[in-house]
Amino acid sequence: MSAEFWNMGGYAVYVWGSFGAALIIYLWNVVAPRRRRRAILNRIAEAQGEE
Amino acid sequence: MNWTWFHRLASSPSFFRFAQRLAPWLGGFGLLLLAACWFGGLVLAPADYQQKDAFRIIYVHVPAAAVSLSLYVAMAVCGVITLVWRMKLAECVLVAIAPVGASFTALALVTGMLWGKPMWGAYWVWDARLTSELVLLFLYLGVVGLNGAFDDMRAAARACGLLAIVGAVNVPIVHFSVDWWNSLHQGATILKFGKPNISADMAWPLYCGLLGTYLWCGAAVLRRTQNELLLRERGTRWVRELGGELEGSGDVC
Repeated sequence: MSAEFWNMGGYAVYVWGSFGAALIIYLWNVVAPRRRRRAILNRIAEAQGEE
Repeated sequence: MNWTWFHRLASSPSFFRFAQRLAPWLGGFGLLLLAACWFGGLVLAPADYQQKDAFRIIYVHVPAAAVSLSLYVAMAVCGVITLVWRMKLAECVLVAIAPVGASFTALALVTGMLWGKPMWGAYWVWDARLTSELVLLFLYLGVVGLNGAFDDMRAAARACGLLAIVGAVNVPIVHFSVDWWNSLHQGATILKFGKPNISADMAWPLYCGLLGTYLWCGAAVLRRTQNELLLRERGTRWVRELGGELEGSGDVC
């Protein structure tokens, strides 16, 4: 990729900042539910172990 | 009309399995569309004649803002169903939507600020559109907080439903704020009557981004709804059987 592309006509901070923030939010929406499911399943497994 | 399919889908184990099958498709197609949006928006689309390359922020800002409103409407509808029919699935969807909606409202605000600074000269102005979108974020966070404040999950969902319904008055305010008040924020580009104010080579990545973001949110809401179902029904047989199955396979995606 050319330097011109990354420079974004001088708006690099704003454009890449926006897309970076978007990347974080989109990924968080996959990772967070997944981690929570793992935690819930562990909790259920522990409760079953105590029975 | 025969409603048995609806009752069957609304039962917790069936909906869990339905979501388990549907979510990967929504996520997969969402990812494809979002990749097309980002490539089209960052590489293929020409720079705007006024805003130059800064206009490319539209490809993350507009989809985030669109889902922030649509998810709120869906959440308020679930609130009505929760309060009127006490339907457990609606409670789960209601509390599942709130964190997803909050995250995309925050994204709309952050990308809006990053767009506002170079175009308006300020990250933030107390303008009707910006202020009402900030109120939307607080409403989502209010639902998340309220849901966590109760020990009884069903009572929590009913309280959240009430807040979601009351807060729904904010939705038309956000949407029409640019028409009702003098605003720095520009008017509607696509979601309006008549022809969209955007050329085709700039428009198609935006349509991909909009649809992709809706699908992505759909997948996230389904996953979170599954979690709520597991948590609420953790004592039941279907969860115990499924719990072992899911944990054993290591498939938690």
